[in-house]
Amino acid sequence: MRIYEKIRDIDRRLIFLLIALAVSLPIIFQISFPEITTPMVKKVFDQIDSMPAGSKVLLAFDYDPASEPELQPMANSLLRHLALRRCKLYFITLWPVGQNMIEDTIKNVLLPEFGEYTYGVDYVNLGFKSGNEGVIKVVQTNLRKLYTTDGRGTAIDKIQMLKDVKSLASMALIVNVSAGYPGLKEWIQYGSDPVGLAIVGGCTAVQAPLLYPYYPNQLIGFMGGIKGAAEYDEILRKNYGDQISQRYKNGLQSWLSTEVGKLRASYTGEQLQQRIAEAQEKYKQKLDSEKKELYLGLFRMGPQAIAHLVIMLLIVTGNVTFFIDRRRRKKKTVSSPPAFLRKQEAGPSE
Amino acid sequence: MLTAFVPRSQARPDAAMLVRIRPPVSPRAFDTPSDAGGCITVRWQLSPDDQPGGKLVEGYGIYRAEEPAGPSAALRVNSFKPIDVVPAGTTEYKDSSTDDAKTYRYRLVALSEFENSEPAETPVAQSSLQLFNLNRLNLLVISIIISGTVIFYIQYLKSGRQTFIRKIAGLEAVDEAIGRATEMGRPILFIPGIQDMNDIQTVAGMIILGRIAKTIAEYDTPIEVPTSRALVMTTAREIVKEAYLAAGRPDAYSDDMIYYLTDEQFGYVAGVNGIMVRKKPAACFYMGAFFAESLILAETGNDIGAIQIAGTAMPAQLPFFIAACDYTLIGEELFAASAYLSGEPKQLGSLKGQDMGKIIAMACILFGVFLATLTSVTGSSAILEVLEWFRSFFSVSA
Amino acid sequence: MKRTVPLVITFVVGWVLIFSVFFPYTESLGEDFSVFFDIIASIAFILGGGSLIKMFGAKVIKRQPGWGYALVAIVGFVGTLVVGLLKTGNPEGITGNVLAEGSAIMAVYDYMFKPCGATMFALLAFYVASAAYRAFRAKNTEAVILLVTAFIILFGRTFLGTLATIWLPEQLDFLKIPNIASWIMIVLNQAGNRAIMIGISLGIISTSLKVILGIERSYLGSE
Repeated sequence: MRIYEKIRDIDRRLIFLLIALAVSLPIIFQISFPEITTPMVKKVFDQIDSMPAGSKVLLAFDYDPASEPELQPMANSLLRHLALRRCKLYFITLWPVGQNMIEDTIKNVLLPEFGEYTYGVDYVNLGFKSGNEGVIKVVQTNLRKLYTTDGRGTAIDKIQMLKDVKSLASMALIVNVSAGYPGLKEWIQYGSDPVGLAIVGGCTAVQAPLLYPYYPNQLIGFMGGIKGAAEYDEILRKNYGDQISQRYKNGLQSWLSTEVGKLRASYTGEQLQQRIAEAQEKYKQKLDSEKKELYLGLFRMGPQAIAHLVIMLLIVTGNVTFFIDRRRRKKKTVSSPPAFLRKQEAGPSE
Repeated sequence: MLTAFVPRSQARPDAAMLVRIRPPVSPRAFDTPSDAGGCITVRWQLSPDDQPGGKLVEGYGIYRAEEPAGPSAALRVNSFKPIDVVPAGTTEYKDSSTDDAKTYRYRLVALSEFENSEPAETPVAQSSLQLFNLNRLNLLVISIIISGTVIFYIQYLKSGRQTFIRKIAGLEAVDEAIGRATEMGRPILFIPGIQDMNDIQTVAGMIILGRIAKTIAEYDTPIEVPTSRALVMTTAREIVKEAYLAAGRPDAYSDDMIYYLTDEQFGYVAGVNGIMVRKKPAACFYMGAFFAESLILAETGNDIGAIQIAGTAMPAQLPFFIAACDYTLIGEELFAASAYLSGEPKQLGSLKGQDMGKIIAMACILFGVFLATLTSVTGSSAILEVLEWFRSFFSVSA
Repeated sequence: MKRTVPLVITFVVGWVLIFSVFFPYTESLGEDFSVFFDIIASIAFILGGGSLIKMFGAKVIKRQPGWGYALVAIVGFVGTLVVGLLKTGNPEGITGNVLAEGSAIMAVYDYMFKPCGATMFALLAFYVASAAYRAFRAKNTEAVILLVTAFIILFGRTFLGTLATIWLPEQLDFLKIPNIASWIMIVLNQAGNRAIMIGISLGIISTSLKVILGIERSYLGSE
């Protein structure tokens, strides 16, 4: 068997192995590349940056654990930016497990870095309601028709920041992070567009082509996949890098002191010393990985960029073997394959 | 704690440097038109200090007061309550928390980093319910034209006239795929997408399943229909059972052909992939609404060497299906399939109506492009006005 | 009777919902009906769960090929259902928030559901590579155009794409690869997408009309 035949009939497990290496090596060696923020992403940044303090912002997190690796970076960065602008945050989700995504993001970003944010006063989690775009249509006219309690079970009327919120029209901006249906498209069609509300957001790279038709008239700006998140991270770092870094450090510091306090209450002697040393070690680790923790998008773009290059390489080799094969085939007469394989006649036999 | 109307910066600049910002100009409040009541629109002109790119005005704060029954100015001043803030550059606010029985008055202040402007006050306004949503009149006209065309052609072909329908390769191949599965003695796998029965794509998928079921009932080809929604399962069972009954072989039908796996997207994919690898179906049909699972399913199907026909109206998934399947019904072809496969004149009429709709859409696009080009070439304001009207006719608002 | 009643319901509800769009007072009807649908779909879930247990249970009992997988499915289904309903291990007790940290359902979510879902989604990366390897062949003119476009988009989304044309002067900005990539997305791709969407919308309108008018009834069973 000639080399080109070997490449042509490549076992697809070999392709899988190549991709696995292309993705895992940059993760292991923490490779990241510089990014330039494109206009579409910059518009998201500018919109959020123009929000006055106290603006009501609806943060819709419509994704699940499966798409978390792709969407969490942008969710974190959007939340950081909104909190830096001191907006009032109304979390909502149309995905059942979106509730967990919201709580995780609050726990990992808002609470440690923005200690001044108080639940019910500065942010609230409205939680999940089933009904997809139906939910948007209802809240567009009347929030209380569907939401009698927030996601944590507290009656709506007892929550200070919900007292003057009757419907979607009370918001100044919708920020959506979505992995599919229902998501950004539905928020535009049934939420922002009918009431003339501004909307920005982000989605998975696969969904991005579907949103271009709405940009820039109905959708002010958006981010597609990790690439979009990386560009947002870049511009956020440029404008607020110092503040974000300071808040991260302060958050870690206060985590360490609470942790030590807790340990002192439950352990004594040598065991206490050992546990405190462990906590300090963890603190140090987190401090060292500050950039990686704060700019997930930039770091997750590394594996994606390398994987893109590998796929391009695969396409090139695929085509080279295809041309060699075709030249050789022309010399021989080949019987035509069965009808159902017609479309794949040139492909490798797998 | 954040309070809407407290200036953002605590550190006030030197008193000498402080420039008093000016309030927004000529504010007015009126009942929001074409709504179900409970909403008042407040409109104003920007504060002279609110310039594009300028950093002075950060936004506007909106206050509201209910007009008391026996009005006294002093009472009113104290009853204004802050309701919202909007970003700089905004000139409209919809207050959707009003009571139709009450009258309201609004006050607007421009907000800067350090201070608030003097308030500007609107006259009184009251919200009310409107019977017909005039904003959607254009939508009604378009709906009547498009639906009318479809209904007209259905009637037209019902009366026995002939028409030309182009061949759709993916549908021509359906019988071939079933034939191949029958010859090989292996099952057919039918995936109706991962959405529920309220998605029209699932309905279209079910209709195609009905046609396929008729053929397999005749050939006695085994079929597997794993579903991701319970309602889809019950509907599919009903359809396939009827098909077997119509073919005169009710005994060959079993409920086990159609079963529910899970609502969870990737759990469902894992389940279906397992079925594919173990049972090695000879033909796979993917008809309905698909998301990220499309390529995972289609690549696995490709790996086991099945003949694959997909149909979806999810534009993002079409490239994946086209790359990995033998035939793909693109968007509208999925909806055309039922009419195409049935061959009934009244069904084919709907296809003709759809095509007329496309011609109307194309004509409108061409006309719009022509007007826009003419406007930019001539610079005529009269044509611009026509263009603006034409554009607004095709924009939908609340 | 079995056919007529559903057809009448479809006809009436269909027209009422279409007209409700144009009358502000009835606008919320659509929302009410979508809530009705959710209720029906939730009840139907019992049918789904029942079917799952019956199918996979029979497989396990009869030791049919692949019964081990069926057993895993049943154990997973019943186990998750039980710990979710009983709120096992929930520090706030049976009345507490179902998502409270430390409960068994959260452990299932964190250590099984999350990693399994992400793994399945991540498979896409591998399948995209193998599908691209097979599909992007310069077989004819159209395929060459497709190939070149794919190349520009892929390249434009990497750092190398940015670096490759960074030396171009400002007047030739539009020739920079990331800019060509976004031009392809915004102009060419958008035009195609819009055309497909118009076609799809017309397809939806005509299918919906056929269903509402009772011309298409095969979804109710045979002709």
